Amino acid sequence: MSDPRTDTLPPSGAPVRLWHLAFRSRNLVIGLALTLVFVIGALLSFLWTPYDITGLDIANKIKPPSARNLLGTDHFGRDILSMIMVGARTSIAVAVVAVGIGMVFGVPLGLWAAARKGSLLDEVIMRANDLVFAFPSLLIAILITAIFGPSAVNAIIAIGIFNIPVFARLTRSGALSLWQRDFILAARVAGKNSARISVEHILPNVTNLLIVQGTIQFSLGILAEAGLSYVGLGAQPPTPSWGRMLAESQTMISFAPHMALFPGLAILLTVLGLNLMGDGLRDLFDPKLQRSRT
Amino acid sequence: MTHMLKTTSLASVLALTASMAVAQQTDLTIGLQLEPPHLDPTSAAAGAIDSVLYANVFEGLTRFGPDGSVGPGLATSWEISEDGLTYTFTLAEGVKFHDGTTFDAEDVKFSLDRARAEDSANAQKALFAGISEVTVVDPQTVEVTLSAPDGNFLFNLAWGDAVIVAPESIENIKTTPIGTGAFMFDNWVQGDRIDLVRNEEYWGAPAYLDSATFKFISDPTAAFAAMMAEDLDAFYAFPAPENLPQFDADPRFKVIVGSTEGETILAMNNKMPPFDDVRVREAVAHAINRQEIIDGALFGYGSPIGTHFAPHHPDYVDLTDISDYDPEKSKALLEEAGIETPIQVKMTLPPPSYARRGGEIIAAQLRQVGIEPQIENVEWAQWLETTFRGKDYGLTIVSHTEPLDINIYARPDYYFQYDNPDFQALMEKVAVESDPEARSEMFKTAQTTIAEDYVNAYLMQLPLLTVAKTGLMGLWPNAPTQATDLTGVTWEE
Repeated sequence: MSDPRTDTLPPSGAPVRLWHLAFRSRNLVIGLALTLVFVIGALLSFLWTPYDITGLDIANKIKPPSARNLLGTDHFGRDILSMIMVGARTSIAVAVVAVGIGMVFGVPLGLWAAARKGSLLDEVIMRANDLVFAFPSLLIAILITAIFGPSAVNAIIAIGIFNIPVFARLTRSGALSLWQRDFILAARVAGKNSARISVEHILPNVTNLLIVQGTIQFSLGILAEAGLSYVGLGAQPPTPSWGRMLAESQTMISFAPHMALFPGLAILLTVLGLNLMGDGLRDLFDPKLQRSRT
Repeated sequence: MTHMLKTTSLASVLALTASMAVAQQTDLTIGLQLEPPHLDPTSAAAGAIDSVLYANVFEGLTRFGPDGSVGPGLATSWEISEDGLTYTFTLAEGVKFHDGTTFDAEDVKFSLDRARAEDSANAQKALFAGISEVTVVDPQTVEVTLSAPDGNFLFNLAWGDAVIVAPESIENIKTTPIGTGAFMFDNWVQGDRIDLVRNEEYWGAPAYLDSATFKFISDPTAAFAAMMAEDLDAFYAFPAPENLPQFDADPRFKVIVGSTEGETILAMNNKMPPFDDVRVREAVAHAINRQEIIDGALFGYGSPIGTHFAPHHPDYVDLTDISDYDPEKSKALLEEAGIETPIQVKMTLPPPSYARRGGEIIAAQLRQVGIEPQIENVEWAQWLETTFRGKDYGLTIVSHTEPLDINIYARPDYYFQYDNPDFQALMEKVAVESDPEARSEMFKTAQTTIAEDYVNAYLMQLPLLTVAKTGLMGLWPNAPTQATDLTGVTWEE
């Protein structure tokens, strides 16, 4: 109990056991596999896609899946598989940066608030967070992109802002329980100030929480990006985006369902994958919870 | 007992529906994409107002026919003086407004004076600018004096902005339009529909339909669903051309393909570098493959144009060869103009699918020659604000749906900022010319001038795509003006 790390992480020097545990968790494996498929697809698209998507090929528009175009073509004759691969890039980039914004601002705020628990600063930070929470995030994101113009960058900022309070709260609540611990007292006695304690002792111990939450926020970010693109406020053409692919295929769904089906599945599977992965990671990091489940 | 009761009531319901199905349908529910902001056609530019009210509720002295010709409306005949300055209109007799008040020469004077007044809110004040005086001769006769001869005057009076309104009902016209037409305004459920009922005391041939409902459905997917579910009897100007083959294949429906007055253009900001150089504009024009845009954005409906003039107009000259698809020539022109490619330009796209889809296709075509449009999708309000009024754009796509609107090229402060004094002089001349031959020649010269100056890239004439139930007859196939004239609409026996 004196070493806080044993509470949360398996003993060091046991990577084999970690892998063993990971593979026992079906959620984690499936989630990781799904996520990897899309990440690899996105990375691959930098080097190679089945077809070039910047050129249009009107003569080959709205072709159902075939050997030539595995997932068919869209209304401009572009290969849907290639579009989904490049679209994954947009989704992942937006989500990564948005989660990054949330962590970079949210985590220090949460640590700071926890270190000064009960002070005016704590109040100010947390009430400001409540304020951001009080607004429906997608509406505000629409507002932001409507004011500053629709673009992927503005979508990232809009989604990122709403990640800040999520991480701030999580960090604060995780940190608060840690501040009660003996080893923090020991650190204090050793003469470390609260900033140093936060960085050296609190932060490493909330990392697991942050990783799990980050995975979930990542999937929410992908959903939010798809939503914004769907209403035309995300990445602008010709940058492909899953949400816009859905929106554009809407009137053709009755005779070309493949145009909506595949980007829809891409969103579904990525979000599902990330959520499963988040669940799996939580189980892995928190053996107590897993035991109680099984 | 209960069971029997149920069966009987069910049977009677069935019988009732059956008898209703046999009876001839005498009403109509028709879908439109845009809802009017209010109901006064004489004080707003919104074409959606005319789409509901023109010819149905409001009438002018003259009116457009389905083919765009100008014929008698509330004025049954007219005489034009030798010098072309005085028009004497004889008005129809026994005409009453829907509120029961009589229509006479005073109403004409009131309407025209109101439209041309200093503080008039009329969106097309230019139509009345030539009028110097309106005189009431007797209740059935009105005399209009012009300051200069105007070959277009009868055409001008046929516009929806020139309909006759009454001083008695002008106050509430925006919510309760009172006109002289074959249909009376009944009810407006904002955001949903406008109901019209037949005017039993109409002075002319009465309408066949008892009542008509205009349903406003802006979303193409919802429009498709509503038609397929037969919630609508027709959809005028159907927004999604990709769905038409399905309607065509369905025996319940027919598709009417007509033409609008909508010259769809890729407008260029003529004052903004690099488009201030005619060679760059020419390069843009040659980089564009019209057929690809028509196939990709309009699914094959629509005809290519080479100038800002409707192909169905008798004076139309086919100038598509001046700006034929020739990307090599584009590259050469850009090089000649000393343009460092790739160049980045801002391209704003309003919501209609011809603009959004067409814009993506054009962007891909322009990229082939080294012009990189940065697409920005905007809503109409934003487009009007920043592109149309603010002129903050490089390229944009829009359809100009007013009839015979080539004179917009004579306005140097119009959003594409084309300033050619010769062209302006030509338009002034054509405005006062009443000889048809000479007018025709002038229009041909005007078309050639703007095509050779590559003011804009002229893409295609927007089609009018209407979906209707098979038995519905009498809808206008073409749109010579913004109107959904239901006065001649009937159901097949």
